[in-house]
Amino acid sequence: MDNSSILREVTLTLPMVSDMEIAASTTAAALAEFMQMTPDKIDEVRMAVVEACINAFEHSGAEDRKVYIRFAVLGEAEPERLEITIRDKGTGFSQDALEEPSIEQKLKAESKRGWGLKIIRGLMDEVAIDSASEGTTVVMSKLR
Amino acid sequence: MTENLRVTLDRRDDLAVIYTEGYINNQGGEEIARVAYDLIGDGEKTLLLNLKGTKIVNSIGISILIEIIEKMLEIDGRLAFCCLTPTIEKTFHIMGLTQYATIFPDEETGVGEMGG
Repeated sequence: MDNSSILREVTLTLPMVSDMEIAASTTAAALAEFMQMTPDKIDEVRMAVVEACINAFEHSGAEDRKVYIRFAVLGEAEPERLEITIRDKGTGFSQDALEEPSIEQKLKAESKRGWGLKIIRGLMDEVAIDSASEGTTVVMSKLR
Repeated sequence: MTENLRVTLDRRDDLAVIYTEGYINNQGGEEIARVAYDLIGDGEKTLLLNLKGTKIVNSIGISILIEIIEKMLEIDGRLAFCCLTPTIEKTFHIMGLTQYATIFPDEETGVGEMGG
């Protein structure tokens, strides 16, 4: 059973405009530094946040053109895990319809894009996605 | 918000080294592609992309790098990377880019192996 408490929490609401993903990644990096994560782990968190924001910007179809982000440092006494929740109020997507990208297939394809979730899953320790017609929520976490 | 990516170039006898400074997003990727395609059009078939000045990339920028890899395969050329941050290198491994583009730890090693 997880007895973690929220040791620190930050929320951001960002407009879906170019380069706003960097603002989100900077906040993630500040919290990861507070947790004394290694520089490599901090970079991995930054990159995953960038990808999650870009996915929302590019694919959500959210009418409000905003992304809602919650960063939570969790632990019993000391920081143990950084949990980042990225939510949009878009049209959602079917995870079953998503094809796992591969470099072999992308080299032949007209569109080379569609890597975001694969990168996020590769960089973070846990990733959960909930998507429905009211929007999409990605919850991802990294252990210190 | 972020400054545009700066791209500079060093043409050697048998390869060209492209240096980046800043965030490789869609605009940054397109700038690298513009420089790479100019070189290819000029007959260059060996490119080394030195990312020492780049600490963050996104998948849209990397997808443009995949277009360059595709182009290099078409002309039987070679694209390689050097001086990547551990996270960028890990990301390239996750995406499988390393099957088609070698990653060198530093420029000297890359130039030695590709240009020699």
